[in-house]
Parts: sequence; structure tokens; C-alpha cells
Amino acid sequence: MSTLHFGDGNLQYDGQGRLRHLLSIEGLRERDLLQILDTTESFLSIAQRTVKKTPTLRGRTLVNLFFENSTRTRSTFELAAKRLSADVLNISASQSSTTKGESLLDTVDNLMAMQVDGFIVRHPEAGAAHLLARHLGERALVVNAGDGQHAHPTQALLDVFTIRRLAGPVEQQVVCILGDVLHSRVARALIHALSILGCPEIRVLGPRTLVPPEFASLGVQVHHDPRAALPGASIVYALRLQRERMESHRLPSLDEFHRRFGLTPERLALAAPGALVLHPGPINRGVEIASTVVDGPQSVVLAQVEHGLAVRMAVLSLLAGVPGHED
Amino acid sequence: MNSNFDVDALLDTLAGRLRPLVDPTATAMIGIFTGGVWVAHALHRRLGLELPLGELDISFYRDDFSRIGLHPEVRASRLPFDVEDRDILLVDDVLYTGRTVRAALNEIFDYGRPRRIRLVVLVDRCSRELPIAADFSALQLPLDSGQEIKLMGPDPLRLEIQTRETRA
Repeated sequence: MSTLHFGDGNLQYDGQGRLRHLLSIEGLRERDLLQILDTTESFLSIAQRTVKKTPTLRGRTLVNLFFENSTRTRSTFELAAKRLSADVLNISASQSSTTKGESLLDTVDNLMAMQVDGFIVRHPEAGAAHLLARHLGERALVVNAGDGQHAHPTQALLDVFTIRRLAGPVEQQVVCILGDVLHSRVARALIHALSILGCPEIRVLGPRTLVPPEFASLGVQVHHDPRAALPGASIVYALRLQRERMESHRLPSLDEFHRRFGLTPERLALAAPGALVLHPGPINRGVEIASTVVDGPQSVVLAQVEHGLAVRMAVLSLLAGVPGHED
Repeated sequence: MNSNFDVDALLDTLAGRLRPLVDPTATAMIGIFTGGVWVAHALHRRLGLELPLGELDISFYRDDFSRIGLHPEVRASRLPFDVEDRDILLVDDVLYTGRTVRAALNEIFDYGRPRRIRLVVLVDRCSRELPIAADFSALQLPLDSGQEIKLMGPDPLRLEIQTRETRA
């Protein structure tokens, strides 16, 4: 599998090595990754207070620019920005008939004329957030909220935060990622984040059509049999199976996928005792994961959602805090 | 430059003055990270307060956020008691401009509405930029703006005065 490159070396950092944009986990320095996770810890406790807001981003305006549907990601970013006292503009744009790249930058230029401070962008095309960051430079911050099959860095951050907080140091975990690894920006970002944090063993599990052998080049173990992939795993991460994959004939049927790979109580019993079950949502119950497992004691999917809010508060406050964004 | 302040003696003085004014069963204490938490620990022990010590990190409430960004090491604030209607001693190591205390007050009010907050500091630099004064201080020490006083710790606690080198 080749890594996507969008030129410009590392667009995420400015000339002084400060994190300006969050575009992908790839290229993120370990100390910045750790700073985001440590700051998240502090934001987590704020949600327990009566007043769930801090004045950190008072007076700033952030734009949720979504060219693809995503209720969960959009609403957590919106809530995160609001809890930091920023003003939020929600723009759900469908792709216009004009060239996609042009329409994206036109939209952004119009918003920049209104003196906004940052963009949280989701776009079906890989590289959209990079294009925006290159265009804006230090004028505004950019957070990639998912671009095609490429990256989704805040999802990976909330996943490793959840692992670190509920299972312990990442260096001691054996992680098994199950499902459509090939098309998943979630899996890609998670593998990078786990590697940066020194996870000793990452396994990927699924049919050959969705988990091709080339993944071994990322330093992960490729498995096609749950009985080999699950034993000893302390973290089992089920990916959402997208229905469009069946249309592209990569899968015979959802039922068959569930029979062969779905995370059932019996399969979960193969993993390490007390292994945690994660899922990025939205869940297809009875496809990649059985309902009883989603609702069972080992599932931490709702903790992931809670952590996702705190992670996004940490990311936005760290990026917006870099001097220069305001002028 | 190292200075010979007896921090333990200063803490004893402070505790002696606070003792008649606190109710060990009801008064709460909050230290501001990092030095203020150290001072608060020492006072909390000396006064035998029963409520667990609160710890405040004011990073998200600073007024210089847009100039210097987030402090590289943010800790989680923890107020392990109900702030509502509480009598609170807010503790910091050094009172200088008053900006830290302003931020701390704002943060405390996001937890609830205390009945009273009194400010306790180890050192009062007697030079403020906001109308905020300490109710109790162990040492009043007017210093030049080029000088810095810092509490080092946590074990042992010692006060250091440093003169900033003026840039040519």
C-alpha cells in the first residue's frame, strides 16, 4: 500500500516547528501526539462540571466545513468548539458541479473575508484538508475531520486516548483491527498513532479482498483467520463495514462476513481476558460486531464518544493557541 | 542568585495566622499549579483540614492565551468537594500581577458559587496590575521588574530570586 503524499513536506508545522494544522497522524511528532493526549486528560474533567465551558477560545470563529455527511464528527467538533467559547459556523456543502478543488477554495476565501480563525473540514477527496492548509498557510488553522480514504486524525487520537486511559500504556497492548482495513481512514490513522506510541503488536483481520497482504509493509501482522488473530489481543477494534463494498464485489454478503469475521461473544472469548472492544461508529449491529458485544461489559464505544469531545477540545485549543493565527 | 528564606518557618507563620480563622471540618483549600499546590499541601497538613485539597490548573483561563498559547504542560483541575456555598482558601506561591488569581477565580465560579474566597500567598511582590490583594501573605517582598522569585520544590521547598539578564 502506498502512502499518499501531497507535497510540501510537512504542512502541519510552521517554520518554527509549531503545530499549525492537524492533517494526519503521519508526520506528527511523538511529543505533539503526547501533548494532545495529556491536554485531553484535563479537558475530560471539564465535562463533569456544572459549567461545561472554558473561556479559552472566546472571540474566535471556527467553521465546520462538511462536504460529506457525518452527524457524529460534526456535532462533536461543534460542541468542542462551543465548550471552548468559540463561535461556530456550520456549513454542509454538497459537491458543486464545478471543479471540486476550485469550489472548495472559493468557499474558503469567502469565509476568510469574514475573518474566521479556523476550519474543520471533511471532504470525500483525499488531500482536501492539505489543499486548504497549503492555501491558508498561517492565516487560519485547519483540522482534517476526514478526507476520502486518507486520514482522520482526531479519530485515531481519541482511540489511542481511550486505549491509554482504560487499558494502560500503549507499549503493553496487543491490538487487533478487524474488518474493512483497506478502505478505512480510521484504521490507517490508528495504525500510525499506535506505531508512534510504541505499540509492540498490531494485527489486522479480514477477508483477503479487504485486508491485502501488502499491509505487512506498515509493520502490522496480516490475518485472515480470527482463531489466529484474536488470541492474546488486549484491544479488539471493529471497523464499520460499508455497504458500498459489496456493490464493488469485494464481499459476498453481509451475513457471510458476520459468520466468518464478525466480533461475536465466542470470538471475543479468544482474545485476552477483559480485552477492550472499540468501534468508531456508526455501528452495523450484526455485521462487523454482534449486538451483545456492543452492549457488553468489554465494550467502550460510548467512552470513545466522550473522549472524542475532549480530544477535539485539546486539538482546537492547541492549534488556536499558536501565536500568529489571529493577525 | 540563591536566597536564604526559611520556607518552613514562613509556612508555620502563615498556618499560625490562619488557624483561628478556619473551620477544619468545613473550610476548603485550593492550590494553584504548580507552586501554589505545594504551598497548599503544606498548609493543608498544618491546619488539619478534613476536606481533600483542591488543585487548579488555570491554563484554559489565562488572559495571555492568544499571545503565548497553551502552557506546554496542562494538568487536570480537581476540586473534590462541592464548591457551592463553600468557604474557600485559595493558595498560590507568589502574588505578582494578580492575573493568575483573576483566572483562578473565574475557573472556581464555573464549578459553583462559593460563599467566600480568601487569598493566601507565600510571597506578595507588592506590585499588581489588577485590583486583587492577598488576605494573608507570609512575606512582602517588593522586587524590581527585572527580578523573578520562584518557589522550587516540592521537596524541599525553597525560594529563589533570579535577576533576568537584560538584553543589549
